[in-house]
Amino acid sequence: MKRYEQFPHTADIGVRAYGSSLKELFANAAFAMFDIIADLEGLSGSVSENIELEAPNKEELLVAWLDELLYIFYTKSFIFFEFNIEDLTDTGIKAKVTGRPVGANRNRLKTEIKAATYHNLKIEKTDKGYQVEIIFDI
Amino acid sequence: MTIWQGQLEKIDEYRWRIPKSYKAGMRVDGIIYADERMIKDIGADKAPEQVANVAFLPGIVKYSLAMPDIHWGYGFPIGGVAATDIETGGVISPGGVGFDISCGLRLVKTNLKQQNINSKLKDLVYALHNNVPAGVGSKGEIKISAKEERKLLVEGSKWVVEHGYGRTEDLECTEESGAVKGADPDAVSDRAYERGKNQSGTLGSGNHFLEVQVIDEIYDEPICEAFGLEKGQITLMIHSGSRGLGYQVCDEYSKDFIKCLSKYNINVPDRQLACAPVNSEEGKKYLGAMRCAANYAWANRQCLMHLARLVFEKVFHMGPKDLGMDLIYDVAHNIAKVEKYDIDGKERTLCVHRKGATRAFPPGHPELPARYKKTGQPVIIPGDMGRNSYLLVGTEKAKETFYSTCHGAGRMLSRSAAIRACRGRSISRELESKGIIVMSSGRETLAEEAPEAYKDVNEVVGVVHGAGISKRVCRMRPLGVIKG
Repeated sequence: MKRYEQFPHTADIGVRAYGSSLKELFANAAFAMFDIIADLEGLSGSVSENIELEAPNKEELLVAWLDELLYIFYTKSFIFFEFNIEDLTDTGIKAKVTGRPVGANRNRLKTEIKAATYHNLKIEKTDKGYQVEIIFDI
Repeated sequence: MTIWQGQLEKIDEYRWRIPKSYKAGMRVDGIIYADERMIKDIGADKAPEQVANVAFLPGIVKYSLAMPDIHWGYGFPIGGVAATDIETGGVISPGGVGFDISCGLRLVKTNLKQQNINSKLKDLVYALHNNVPAGVGSKGEIKISAKEERKLLVEGSKWVVEHGYGRTEDLECTEESGAVKGADPDAVSDRAYERGKNQSGTLGSGNHFLEVQVIDEIYDEPICEAFGLEKGQITLMIHSGSRGLGYQVCDEYSKDFIKCLSKYNINVPDRQLACAPVNSEEGKKYLGAMRCAANYAWANRQCLMHLARLVFEKVFHMGPKDLGMDLIYDVAHNIAKVEKYDIDGKERTLCVHRKGATRAFPPGHPELPARYKKTGQPVIIPGDMGRNSYLLVGTEKAKETFYSTCHGAGRMLSRSAAIRACRGRSISRELESKGIIVMSSGRETLAEEAPEAYKDVNEVVGVVHGAGISKRVCRMRPLGVIKG
């Protein structure tokens, strides 16, 4: 299954993420975001963070999850590419994410994403699992 | 390709109405400024639907407006203007300001002429690129303590000028003198401080830029003379915003304001339009935080201008006096402002959201500094890196748009479509053949920002000038561009 694809949005970036389960959908949406931020090919993980978040529903939880990862990227300078989601409900997520410090990889950075937005955000159930369209402000 | 199939009624040569009957829940009509040709492009994305959605905001006055550079945003369209009546429960929406709070433009004049810089243009562009931090993850030189950072958020440009980044005269030529009152550093979270740390004096990435330009067309001689501008003169334009601090403020308040929708019984068709009454506890707190981010942005552009001035001095071996790099003006285009208007014979205090729209005060407006009282407020409109940029002034007629006008060319192609269109081409070589030197930090920035990704700024400005909501003063052409 394709992890994600970009769809055209005039000013910003639109991402359609897929997942056979909700956990996979959350992992793939995060992967899509970092794939846009940096060239991830060939990187192996050396740093990890544990993340635990709550939100009123699964859409807001998805934005909270992406924004938390962005926050760590900007404040600790880590690029993440492995997302191990240990526990996920409609209102909570527990995950261990693994990546690499920006450090010597600065020339891998491509795009500054400011935030994930709530614009028309809806997680949909499909016959293959789940999908969601997210607009990132860049 | 037309995507939007809704109702659009022609009002006159430059205005189109989306009647409030279009969608249940709209409180006012939507009005889009465009000419016959441009309105076709405007229907090609979902921007008109967003104009209709903004008309749902409680307390919205008169209409939900869109400027001719309108395009699809998130929540509000980019190029949207909405004013709400504060005293009758009007709301404020963090999404109506956007993530890059107080993103804006700054125009600086010089005493240089094009013939003075031709042989040094490359040196100048390289030196600006080396000395002005740009690109994703870049850090600035200014490192300050948490206590001083709080002061900076209240004092804005003044704080950085007092610390050596510029001159006192710069403040007079900045919207709100570079510090809007009512900034509340306690309303800014520790996380926002953390994300904005070390980013003062950095350009950012994407469409943010620093541009060396030459004035190539004069439209209004007397105003140009008053501003000290003439044909062939070199100018510097800076486009940047509030960096990580502003993004984090918007992020957190957008999240919190979703709760306000049920608390205040507000119905909006998109979560990104989440809002709260300006006079509520939440509204006041957001306004206090937004103003901190706005002040941070003015301080940031002040630092960027200072760094650029030093580069000019070094490259041309000239002192500040001979270079004459005076600030013409600095104005934001993502911001909410509290302003007073006469609405149907009564003075009302409104919260004017400008999301990708520029304030354009007319001659005589009490908030203008003495030097611009006669001319009206300078309005800075950047185009794409291959065509033109404009200097305009505000007009009395712009009262109909709450003294607002366009903010740029407006995107036409998505970033991925622009990259596809540029595959196999060298944008920098194409521009160099037109006499424009470009440098960027991001690998795909030049393709994403290719001239053809944008509407023609000449057409956009043609509409706002034709509609009378601002007036052309002069036009600039790019010579050297540094992109983030």
